[in-house]
Amino acid sequence: MVNNQSNSSNPRLDYEYRRKKNAEGMRIQVATFTLMIFFTVVSFVAVGANFSKWFVIPFILLLAVVQVGFQLYYFMHMSEKGHEAPSMFFWSAITVAFVTVLAFMTIIWW
Amino acid sequence: MEAEEKYTPQTWPESPERATLEGKNKFLGFWLFLGGETVLFASLFATYIALKDKVPSPEHALAKDLYELPLVFVMTMLLLTSSLTSVYAMYHMKNFNFKKMQLWLLITVILGLGFLGCEIYEFNHYYHEYNHTFTSSAFSSAFYTLVGFHGAHVIFGLSWLVLVMVRNAKRGLNLYTAPKFYLASLYWHFIDVVWVFIFTVVYLMGMVG
Amino acid sequence: MSTIAQKRGFASTVWDYLTTVDHKKIAILYLIAGGFFFLLGGIEAMLIRIQLAVPNNDFVSAGFFNELLTMHGTTMIFLAAMPLLLGFMNAIMPLQIGARDVAFPFINALGFWLFFFGGLFLNLSWFLGGAPDAGWTSYASLSLASEGHGIDFYALGLQISGFGTLMGGINFLVTIINMRAPGMTYMRMPLFTWTTFVASALILFAFPPLTVSIFMLMFDRLFGANFFNVAAGGNTIIWEHFFWIFGHPEVYILILPAFGIFSEIFSTFSRKRLFGYSSMVFATVLIGFLGFMVWAHHMFTVGLGPVANAIFAVATMAIAVPTGIKIFNWLLTMWGGSIQFTVPMIYAVAFIPSFVAGGVTGIMQGAAPADYQYHDTYFIVAHFHYVIVGGVVLALLAGTHFYWPKMFGTMLSEKIGKFTFFFFFVGFHLTFFIQHFLGLMGMPRRVWTFLPGQGLDTGNLVSSIGAAFMFVGIVSLLVNIVITSVKNEKVGNDPWGDGRTLEWAIASPPPFYNFKQLPLVRGLDPYWLEKMEGKQTLTPAEPIGDIHMPNGSFVPFVISLGLFIAAFGAMYQIDDKAWAIPVLIGGLVITFGAMAYRSIKDDHGFHIHKEDLIDENDDKGVKA
Repeated sequence: MVNNQSNSSNPRLDYEYRRKKNAEGMRIQVATFTLMIFFTVVSFVAVGANFSKWFVIPFILLLAVVQVGFQLYYFMHMSEKGHEAPSMFFWSAITVAFVTVLAFMTIIWW
Repeated sequence: MEAEEKYTPQTWPESPERATLEGKNKFLGFWLFLGGETVLFASLFATYIALKDKVPSPEHALAKDLYELPLVFVMTMLLLTSSLTSVYAMYHMKNFNFKKMQLWLLITVILGLGFLGCEIYEFNHYYHEYNHTFTSSAFSSAFYTLVGFHGAHVIFGLSWLVLVMVRNAKRGLNLYTAPKFYLASLYWHFIDVVWVFIFTVVYLMGMVG
Repeated sequence: MSTIAQKRGFASTVWDYLTTVDHKKIAILYLIAGGFFFLLGGIEAMLIRIQLAVPNNDFVSAGFFNELLTMHGTTMIFLAAMPLLLGFMNAIMPLQIGARDVAFPFINALGFWLFFFGGLFLNLSWFLGGAPDAGWTSYASLSLASEGHGIDFYALGLQISGFGTLMGGINFLVTIINMRAPGMTYMRMPLFTWTTFVASALILFAFPPLTVSIFMLMFDRLFGANFFNVAAGGNTIIWEHFFWIFGHPEVYILILPAFGIFSEIFSTFSRKRLFGYSSMVFATVLIGFLGFMVWAHHMFTVGLGPVANAIFAVATMAIAVPTGIKIFNWLLTMWGGSIQFTVPMIYAVAFIPSFVAGGVTGIMQGAAPADYQYHDTYFIVAHFHYVIVGGVVLALLAGTHFYWPKMFGTMLSEKIGKFTFFFFFVGFHLTFFIQHFLGLMGMPRRVWTFLPGQGLDTGNLVSSIGAAFMFVGIVSLLVNIVITSVKNEKVGNDPWGDGRTLEWAIASPPPFYNFKQLPLVRGLDPYWLEKMEGKQTLTPAEPIGDIHMPNGSFVPFVISLGLFIAAFGAMYQIDDKAWAIPVLIGGLVITFGAMAYRSIKDDHGFHIHKEDLIDENDDKGVKA
């Protein structure tokens, strides 16, 4: 199980390529982070601004879902290869979680 | 041990956390564990939603009376930023820069401690100002259990980060230690994922009604 | 290693088992502990049936009867059926996929010890002021009102053993995904491995809701929370939902591995490839998925409203489809096969009509309006015993006979096995078939006694006689085990002669590293393929080399012991006992201290060297 993952015959080239790729990845992470902060501010403003709750609740939930997607796919690297089994199980977990929350919102009413 | 073999930035593999079978197993096992945690938190959220504002008598504080958005905003910023700093730490881990990784992890821990401080202040505030205790109503039990479970995860995550940082301070990065750092940071991100839903569903929706 | 050949004293064998991380030894531990709890649950069942044998009986008091029925259900599900299945999974699954061990040997041992201490804690309630008495479902409206510490034992005991099960589930999933031998693709995995995979996924997603609800029950009873306390705004229905969100997948966690064991048996003793292999896999996954969508059919009479009841009734009916696929595939596996009626095969053939009967009554209850008639009667008792005993327990007994030679290197007696089957099977139908009618005549479940002259006398007596038959059956199995172990006639790799999967290609019991060389898998039923080509051994996928193995560890035992101690502290602190809080903290310190020790101290395991492996091969050649 020793690692021999170099993609090209020239290790030096491979190293520089990976460096560049990591740096590029980090730039995307920072951009993601900026968006997440922006979404958070928008959610807080939306609540502070006293809009109708029929607008605010779906809106902030949507922002939360998008933000969590960013976390999962960029911060937690789920978009990278080798995450097939993790993402399958994570999505199954989300399905079960969704059904549970939905049931508690709809059929527990007294 | 081949896992403790010395590396240079040039020989360091692309995904060091998954380069050994042990690392691969830990990586997958930990993701599965996070799947279970997702269902666990969903159950806590479901309970909170079902019991929100369910109090025995009108003098008990409701969600609207309790929450203070500025504090929650500060907590959110602290935790979101700490998520980014741990991404930075993993960036340096992939570049085989041990010192910078440790530095960014340290910043993550400090931000996490700030978050924890705010949460302790918050609970203390509810207790003294509103007499909102764990036992006062179904609503309070559900609130403290959901947010408290998250807080306990923060404490555990911080202890874990500190433990791997201290334990491996002298040893540095190799294929045996890389998965340890990677998983601790993954856990930290998950804590942030849960917080995104807590601040939205508990605090923001609590203020809206 | 040459040390394993040396003779060991009793104490060192015990120490070996206390510290083992070998999946085959952990399997034996599961079998012993699960078997013990199975006997305990069986004794409780016998006491229940003695009490109900005649009307107006006062063999046990009403309060004690409640404790008996609660502990019977809880023990059988959590401490007998599931651990026994986990035992078989541990023993067989890694061999079936051609792995040297599970992915996390340490976690595997931890899972066992957590289960064991949880079960021990729960059963200590008998001696410490009374067992739990709110039924195995422990509905909050009952369990909050229960006096004494019975329910606290239930909550803390199940919490501890639940953590163990969750770890076991994650471990199996990672093992199956990451540790398959070269060539062992997903669609070449034996059915038992597939069902282990799906059952483990169900464990992963079903146990967290149970954990949460048990935490809430614990907080309500021990720390003054108000989740289920209606007077403070709480809601007892929340417990019911969580219990069944867990509880329904739980019954599939039990039945799917049972299906897996039967699938192996059917194809082995029909000497045929399993009919419709891919549809079997599909049906297994589908049952697992649907298992999460039907929990409210346990709550039709709660008053969820017609829409909710209708949705859950339809989802429930849908499960009959994949289950039907399986039944027909088994029948068609036997069709045209050259069938050998060995003891495992007899169980398998008997399982089909028994389980179908349980399935049909399940459909009856799945019709929500009709369920108002059946709810909380003996009809329900009959139904779930038909699926659990007629499905899971028959599979456990079949699996015991089938895999015994692989685990212990010696065959259980076929003659006594047939005796066991006869008494158990006849006793099973005698006990439970008539309960359908008792239920339809209005006998409520969990009832302590009944009056004479209501048409219930004969039925209950018949049922109790049946229970005695089952008891005789189980005793004969124990006798069989003792006799076989004393005789200890060693058998070869493939004692049934028709083994199809990888586990039958290696020695019985397997060496502790399982495969000297990882096998190359060239299709479904790889050992059968090799045999058909006239070979006796598997095609190796690698040259003989050093094998890496994990070291044994005592830490899993200590971690579990710490939680066991802490549970006493958590429970007795409400009695204002001065020692309770220190005990709680002390226990947690032991647990977390042991965890920290484990994470700080490196343990890289050891290597078996190539030369030792070659030597051992020569030894084996002489012995076998």
